[in-house]
Amino acid sequence: MIPDHLTILVVIIPMLGAYTTLLAGWVKRRFCFPIAMVTICIQFCISLMLLYQVMKTGPLHYNLGNWLPPWGIEYVIDPLNGFVLVVLLFLSLLCCMYSRRCIVDEIEEKKIVGFYTVFLLLIAGVCGIAVTGDLFNLYVFLEISSLAAYALVASGREKKAIFASFNYLIMGSVSACFILIGIGYLYIATGTLNMADLARLLPPLYGSTIIQCAFIFFIVGLSIKTALFPLHLWLPDAYSYAPSAVSALIATVMSKVGVYALIRILFTVFTPAFIIMEIPVMELFCWIAAIAIIVGSVLAITQTDLKRMLAYSSVSQMGYIILAIGIANSAAMTGGILYILSDAVMKGCLFMVAGAFIYSTGFRTIEDLKGISRTMPLTAVAFFIATASMIGLPPTVGFMSKWFIALGALESGQWFFVVIILAGSLLTAIYSWRVIEYMYFRDPDMAHQAAVAGANDPPASMLIPILVLASACILCGIFVTIPLEVIEPSVTRLLGGT
Amino acid sequence: MIETFFQSFFLRYNFYMAVIIMLIGLYAMIAKSNLIKKIIGLNIFQTAIFLFYISSSEVTGGTAPILMSDPGTVYVNPLPHVLILTAIVVAVSTTAVGLALIIRIYETYGTIEEDELLVQEEKT
Repeated sequence: MIPDHLTILVVIIPMLGAYTTLLAGWVKRRFCFPIAMVTICIQFCISLMLLYQVMKTGPLHYNLGNWLPPWGIEYVIDPLNGFVLVVLLFLSLLCCMYSRRCIVDEIEEKKIVGFYTVFLLLIAGVCGIAVTGDLFNLYVFLEISSLAAYALVASGREKKAIFASFNYLIMGSVSACFILIGIGYLYIATGTLNMADLARLLPPLYGSTIIQCAFIFFIVGLSIKTALFPLHLWLPDAYSYAPSAVSALIATVMSKVGVYALIRILFTVFTPAFIIMEIPVMELFCWIAAIAIIVGSVLAITQTDLKRMLAYSSVSQMGYIILAIGIANSAAMTGGILYILSDAVMKGCLFMVAGAFIYSTGFRTIEDLKGISRTMPLTAVAFFIATASMIGLPPTVGFMSKWFIALGALESGQWFFVVIILAGSLLTAIYSWRVIEYMYFRDPDMAHQAAVAGANDPPASMLIPILVLASACILCGIFVTIPLEVIEPSVTRLLGGT
Repeated sequence: MIETFFQSFFLRYNFYMAVIIMLIGLYAMIAKSNLIKKIIGLNIFQTAIFLFYISSSEVTGGTAPILMSDPGTVYVNPLPHVLILTAIVVAVSTTAVGLALIIRIYETYGTIEEDELLVQEEKT
């Protein structure tokens, strides 16, 4: 009986886990972490089983309460969902493990119960977005995860985080409202909210202004959520002032799920026929993404705070995924979806390393980290590997995904964007090399000598996630055929318009 | 031209009102520097969307969607109401989180005016 319900369990288990955490925290505060960990572990196993089942038997459909679609809410898992779900839960698992020691310094002790409760709610939200096949359901889960994210950003001791979280709340709510308007337009025009049903009913209406307006509302709303370049203003503050475990979580899980929602709405609801033929939006996407790649990297070069630099680099990395979506041929889409994996892995690793530096030394600015590699060798090596992947050096996974995107750009004859990809890599090399140079080749300043000499690699519960992610950067690059086996059928499905 | 505009306005004034209210809310969020007023703006913005949804469900001469014995009864569309019920819950929780954040901002900075906050942020 249980195997039939795995699809819904992946959403229900973290919700149950959240309340169990709250109740258990009432009794003893230290019960919270194990419960959260077990919950996410179970979910991760379920997501692996789901992916295996999808690859074996094809897409899974689950009707909530046995109401048949399009009337009832339907959860659909196809290769793309399955893949994204596994990536999200893998990252959540590592972030949760990482958070145990990391938040000791950054969050007041009495707030730990609330922290893990909200943490699990966020994961429930993102898993919901990943599995749902119903537009309004997507909106609700988007709001669940966003509200949890606002609370988590503000949970730390850092004063500025509160104001950053408030700005995030205003921007995030506006974007959610835009998505809600878009859903309303589609509902009024077609009378259905089911994604597959919408894809079937929309083609005769492609010329209609309502549909085009709805499309624009969706694009703007999701661009705010994914922090696409001109709408990224909430991101740097929120990422850099949040507690480190939260930065790692929202930089990977939240932003990737936003990209997933964008891909889902562009390719499944509106279908390539609409976005490529009817509105010249893909061209626009390519150009905005190109600007995002360059501007994000240039802004990252000017930063002095390590976490803030990584936040701006996130803006630029997001540009690559959007560029892949904009090129929209099969090679570029393969690269784009692979980039979801690679950006999650390397950004997670980098934010965790930044958190580890803060944990061990209390230093946030890049200049203070001079000579840190001598006392924190493993952390520094992980940082180096993740950066190499971000720059796109072979054999890392970052190289493979950039390679596919560039290949796609070449195939469609858009030489200019190949130049942009290379220039972006070069700029990435500039800002990340500066950190590596400080870490490896400089002696510490007089004032910081004692702190640097006294630093150690962080405790195992922080070090293991960092090293796992760093090795994942390389392993996913060498064994890239394994993720590609899942990505290729999902790209065919997306572009084939099923 | 003007006549047709007025005609369409009075024919579907509810939708026009929804747009106007939405813009008022958006204006408040952008232009007001008091954070509470920003939250009020957000609420106005969300309410406008609710109005838009609810008025789209209206059927001329329709009654509340409770099953009647008379087969000829016309019902209004119940689905937008249900959706908006969910959206109202979301809006309430957003407001709650927003106000909670404002309380924390007031406790740490001693002000809820955005321009004064930005000045204080730059100092630190």
